[in-house]
Amino acid sequence: MNVQVPAEKLTAKDFASDQEVRWCPGCGDYAILKAMHKSLADMGVRPENTVFISGIGCSSRFPYYMATYGFHTIHGRAPAIATGLKLSRPELDVWMVTGDGDALSIGGNHLFHALRRNIDINILLFNNEIYGLTKGQYSPTSRVGQRSPSTPMGSVDSPAEACVFALGCNARFVARGIDVQAKELGELFSRARAHKGASFVEIIQNCIVYNDAAFAGFTEKAVAADMQLHVKHGEKMIFGKERNKGLKLNTQTFALDVVTIGENGVTEADILVHDEKNKVIAGLLSGLRPPRFPEVLGVIYCDPAPSYETAVAAQDAAARAKGPGDLDKLMRAGNTWQVT
Amino acid sequence: MNLQADDIRSGAPDGAPVPKSDLDAIVVRFAGDSGDGVQLLGSQFAQETALVGNSLATFPDFPAEIRAPTGTTYGVSAFQINFGSRPVKTAGDQPDVLVALNPAALMVNYKGLRKGGLVILDSGAFKDKDIKRAGFTVDPRTDGTLKEFRVMEIDISAQALEVAKPFGVSQKEALRTKNLWVLGLVSWMYDRELKSTMEYIARKFGAEDPIGKANLAALNAGHAYGETHELSGDVAPVSVPSVKVEPGTYRLVSGAESLAWGLAAGAQLAGLELVLASYPITPSSPILHILARMKQYGVTTFQAEDEIAACCAAIGASYGGKLGVTASSGPGIALKTEAIGLAIGTELPLVVVNTQRGGPSTGLPTKTEQSDLFIAVFGRNADAPMPVIASRSPGDCFDVAIEAVRLATKYMTPVMLLSDGYIANAAEPWLIPSMADYTPFKVAFRKDPEGFHPFVRDEKTLARAWAIPGTPGLMHRIGGIERDYNSGNISYDAANHQKMTDTRAAKINNIADDIPEQSVEIGEAKGKLAVVGWGSTFGPINRAVANMRAKGHDVSHIHIRHIWPLPRNLGALLKSYEKVLIAEMNNGQMLQLLRGQYLVDAKGLLKVSGQPLKISEVEDAIRAQFASV
Repeated sequence: MNVQVPAEKLTAKDFASDQEVRWCPGCGDYAILKAMHKSLADMGVRPENTVFISGIGCSSRFPYYMATYGFHTIHGRAPAIATGLKLSRPELDVWMVTGDGDALSIGGNHLFHALRRNIDINILLFNNEIYGLTKGQYSPTSRVGQRSPSTPMGSVDSPAEACVFALGCNARFVARGIDVQAKELGELFSRARAHKGASFVEIIQNCIVYNDAAFAGFTEKAVAADMQLHVKHGEKMIFGKERNKGLKLNTQTFALDVVTIGENGVTEADILVHDEKNKVIAGLLSGLRPPRFPEVLGVIYCDPAPSYETAVAAQDAAARAKGPGDLDKLMRAGNTWQVT
Repeated sequence: MNLQADDIRSGAPDGAPVPKSDLDAIVVRFAGDSGDGVQLLGSQFAQETALVGNSLATFPDFPAEIRAPTGTTYGVSAFQINFGSRPVKTAGDQPDVLVALNPAALMVNYKGLRKGGLVILDSGAFKDKDIKRAGFTVDPRTDGTLKEFRVMEIDISAQALEVAKPFGVSQKEALRTKNLWVLGLVSWMYDRELKSTMEYIARKFGAEDPIGKANLAALNAGHAYGETHELSGDVAPVSVPSVKVEPGTYRLVSGAESLAWGLAAGAQLAGLELVLASYPITPSSPILHILARMKQYGVTTFQAEDEIAACCAAIGASYGGKLGVTASSGPGIALKTEAIGLAIGTELPLVVVNTQRGGPSTGLPTKTEQSDLFIAVFGRNADAPMPVIASRSPGDCFDVAIEAVRLATKYMTPVMLLSDGYIANAAEPWLIPSMADYTPFKVAFRKDPEGFHPFVRDEKTLARAWAIPGTPGLMHRIGGIERDYNSGNISYDAANHQKMTDTRAAKINNIADDIPEQSVEIGEAKGKLAVVGWGSTFGPINRAVANMRAKGHDVSHIHIRHIWPLPRNLGALLKSYEKVLIAEMNNGQMLQLLRGQYLVDAKGLLKVSGQPLKISEVEDAIRAQFASV
């Protein structure tokens, strides 16, 4: 099927479709789109072998702006459509773009099953904690107290946490990035693609119209260094402007504490080292929320396991090893009789 | 070409007594607890019957509960078979023989038995508490309840226990051989060979398994009991001669089997691999089970997390260039409707199999009905037309499934295939088709980038190009938002939406040029009365019309396979009759469709009881039409 085309080096521009982008000016989605264009070019993928599948919502317009194959489907169901595609065409790179409402509200069931099934698709969840396309209702990730047209006195609904949910679904790759951090996002995209199995990337995304500055508490330049922890496998969980803050395991509570190196007898040796294969650490990290803790960014968990479509293909192949089945023979197997 | 089915009592002139010696067809009904193995008993008897060359039709009739409390009426499972030496067209209006393995089975079924019919009872199961539990206040064997029938009491339970004893199986396992004991007896009564059942037992249990040995012994013991006991003349062995049918190789086939095989055959003819995505639901699940074992035939199956995901995964597979299929029943179909709309809007092939059951909501999961015609034809938001076709019998599912695949791939559209619970579970003798007799309809994926956009259409069929991911130079985006006619890009343009809506409708309407004209099954193409049916009512309507014609009535049978679009000539055909009677198992859905389409003053014979239409009911309705002239 895949015709070998001479591998001329493609640029970010080659991954942008000719369609006018219709997000609001200043929307965080622009930055993510740009990061993806560049990232795909850097990865050297072929646009014809790349498919973007989305559900419904602002984020789900993403495929229209990619010069790859794309399918803008129905609300919440992108994981199921992506599953059907990957199952039938395992050789394709299948990306899925979704939002907090699409993935965690109407599509929560499908997201759960795509993750626990570990089908090899790359899931990007743009989390802006609001319904944008329907004009600003609170979403399943909105915080308690969020005022919106449907919660004029503030939301009383306990929010879902995307990465905690993903780990609970037994996702084998969980990561988090921020819309405007192009370099880091590019790395996450590359890691997600390289990971065989379902990859889950939460992207903190600012909705400039309905929920502006929702993440300012850790994204503003003035606080970013003190409020963001970029984790890397094998490295100490150190952050802060002075690079003197870190996370330490409290052996009394089995929880993480923010500590300052050089204070209260804390030394660098006390700071936890990130092990992305360690699910306990991933669980502790994914539950941390500002302002008490820094926002944890990077690959939180990556521990590959056999992917679903590989196992299905192996069964199909085993059944077909003796050659294609003959329907005429099948229908004549068992008890038959002749009429002359 | 398939053998259809029949009822023996209808051949006689109206009101005339049926001579007892007329054994050209017999209806036997087995009934017992849902754990008694009645379905196995029935299907093995059907297998033996098919192998002696009788025409037959079966009707498995079981509760939704897997093991309802023993001895209750709602836990009764039954299996009815009509077999004969002339073409049988239904599972029979009235049983001639009822085998009741407990009082509850008798309670539920004795009223349906023909007057003078034979009741075989397991007297070992007629203890006081069992009798009370079944709802009899007095023992029905003693108070005249059964006076219109001949009754044969055998302590089948004791017989089974005795036979199984030497094999050291538990009391429970020993009692469970009752079904095979009965099979042995009934096989003797009708002179059936036990060989296929013996082979079945050997296959299932292996030669050394004590349970297998006990079952085999019970089968032989039941047969021997018939031979050695001085049974009344009524049950002396009866030989039903084989039926005269088209030459060829035959087998028994259920609707679920032939439908699954037909889907695989259709995919093969289209040159595609098949991806079935389904969610378990009664009575559709056997299609998933059968296709799950057909991987070597280019089939991949996926048990999705829910009905919506199943439909969406099938759409994803079609988007990737496979034949996406999803199979379900009423409630599941309701859940799939939004996704079906996506396939209509993005113009992707998809086969949606709907094995209809009683509704609304959960309704009657194991009972049959034809009440999903409206949801098939109209049940989506917006103007969202899709082809709908219906199978008329178990064997017919094969051809209908192939036709569904042909339409889906040729016109780039979802197609709904209507089967029902009766067709899916019932079995009939089937002249096995040869793949060589079918003309392939190979799909050609778009490869050429010249002038390509995703909604570039074939001028004749109006089908859009099918360009699949992985094809260089054809990268494109599709989606649920309205697409520009000339580029496929998002368009909110008013005139474009009108044009796309009209095009989607025209594409489906044009299929009427690609399907056979409506034919008349029996009778003239004009006259006094046409009885119109669709789906599994074929058998009873066909036999009833034949019977009434034999009595001199001017009545014809029309049976509709292509429900949407309807055949081009159907309107004119219906108008050539003075009266039109629509017989269907719903509250008038085809009736309204045809009245709406053609302004014909059709009347309905409408039945929604979870049970198949009876020949006598159709005959009565025909009589009423002539009486009201």
